Amino acid sequence: MKPYSAWKLFTHALRGHRGWPEAWRKPEPAAGYDVIIIGGGGHGLATAYYLAKNHGITNVAVLERGWIGGGNVGRNTTIVRSNYWIGGNTPFYEWSMKLWEGLSHDLNFNVMLSQRGHMILGHSDDQMQAHLRRANTMRAHGIDAEILDREALRHEVPWLDYSNNARFPIHGAILQRRGGTARHDAVAWGYARAADRLGVDIIENCEVHDFIQEGGRITGVETSRGTIRAEAVGMAVAGHSSHLAARAGLELPIESHVLQAFVTEPIKPLIDHVIAFGAGHFYISQSDKGGLVFGGALDGYNSYAQRGNLPVVNEVNEIALAMAPSLSRLRLLRHWGGVMDMTMDGSPIIDRTELEGLYFNGGWNYLGFKATPASGWTFAHTIAHGAPHELNACFGLDRFRVGHHLDEEGTGPVPGHH
Amino acid sequence: MLRIPCPFCGERDHHEFAYGGDATVTRPALNDSSMEAWYRYVFLRRNPKGRHREFWQHVSGCRSWLIVERDTATHEIFGARMAADATMESNRG
Repeated sequence: MKPYSAWKLFTHALRGHRGWPEAWRKPEPAAGYDVIIIGGGGHGLATAYYLAKNHGITNVAVLERGWIGGGNVGRNTTIVRSNYWIGGNTPFYEWSMKLWEGLSHDLNFNVMLSQRGHMILGHSDDQMQAHLRRANTMRAHGIDAEILDREALRHEVPWLDYSNNARFPIHGAILQRRGGTARHDAVAWGYARAADRLGVDIIENCEVHDFIQEGGRITGVETSRGTIRAEAVGMAVAGHSSHLAARAGLELPIESHVLQAFVTEPIKPLIDHVIAFGAGHFYISQSDKGGLVFGGALDGYNSYAQRGNLPVVNEVNEIALAMAPSLSRLRLLRHWGGVMDMTMDGSPIIDRTELEGLYFNGGWNYLGFKATPASGWTFAHTIAHGAPHELNACFGLDRFRVGHHLDEEGTGPVPGHH
Repeated sequence: MLRIPCPFCGERDHHEFAYGGDATVTRPALNDSSMEAWYRYVFLRRNPKGRHREFWQHVSGCRSWLIVERDTATHEIFGARMAADATMESNRG
């Protein structure tokens, strides 16, 4: 398959765009592979791509229950940032950010990375002190971070409610200018196409029902399209991790919760950055089509339903209006839900499991989309070497047993609170 | 909106309630010094897709703790009972 280029775009345009070849093959599953990745979301596809590209392991299948781009990779709010604070989170998400910055060239697919800046508002002196401490941690890791006081923020984002009567008056913000958004579908399609070009089989409509265990190790999977054997099996099915892991007899430090996202009718350009509210869970940006894309907190109870409930719709929109009353007359175009793996400390898991041959990637909480490149990169390393990379050593499955939690929010072992 | 049938107040919207998580995990005895038992109690969850027994507290009503059985995929609610009654029954063995 030939690479995409401006010249190809031009020649295909002359033929009315009717001659584009398919972006990836639709192969029948083979009897066996070196590595099977379960889950054709962003993380699974990225893992397959980096297995082939970084480690030369190309006899790989990605098994997807539905279709590419139909799960959480197409349901998020597309935010990319690396403004994390504690332990291994800071270097991991910065490595992801660096991969994002080269991703369109690397994949030969425009993922439409837009480094428009990501900011979190501060609503008290104490919160601004916490933001300053976070900014200093980031700078110590070589990551860009700025603190904007109220006047500097008002200059950049004039349409927020700066009155002293606001329920949570705005004191300033922490800003990462390299943060922003990427086109989520393009990330899925780009990784799928790039992995396919390196020889990876992407098998859609192939649901994994069970694992094959022989002599205490995992040697393959039973699927809706037959038995497929493999030397190593990697799970990347966040949202349904517990459900699938139970088939291998594993119990995980995870609950599944539903998180809603929203988009308004399109309007002229208003929001230049990604803006997160500091006194409640709320984050908003404007898509290239003009719709305001935003999200808030979890619905708050275990759920595998990809739909949310009205009290949270109400709550999220109340926060929107508290932050920016000018949004009050916009109409909501759509809202939808995605199922999240919520872990006991709010941080992900990328590790081997106690079963030889079975590797686990999941527990992404709110963090999945931005982590996609580094998640695939480190999971591929973990599978290829049978041991974690330095960057994901802190995301061990066993960290809860030994007390090495990574609780960025500091809310304790209650998944719904992260 | 989930509608939870509180045995004391009747059927109410779920936003009158606070969610308390999986009701099938049991706390080890306070003098149990097994790390494994405490690890399982604090951190591991079955997290089923389907029927789930879970705690809800009717904070805007009678303030009772309830055990509700709900399907996590369809949100169908099969019933609710006082958590205190369930505890007394299990204590009687």
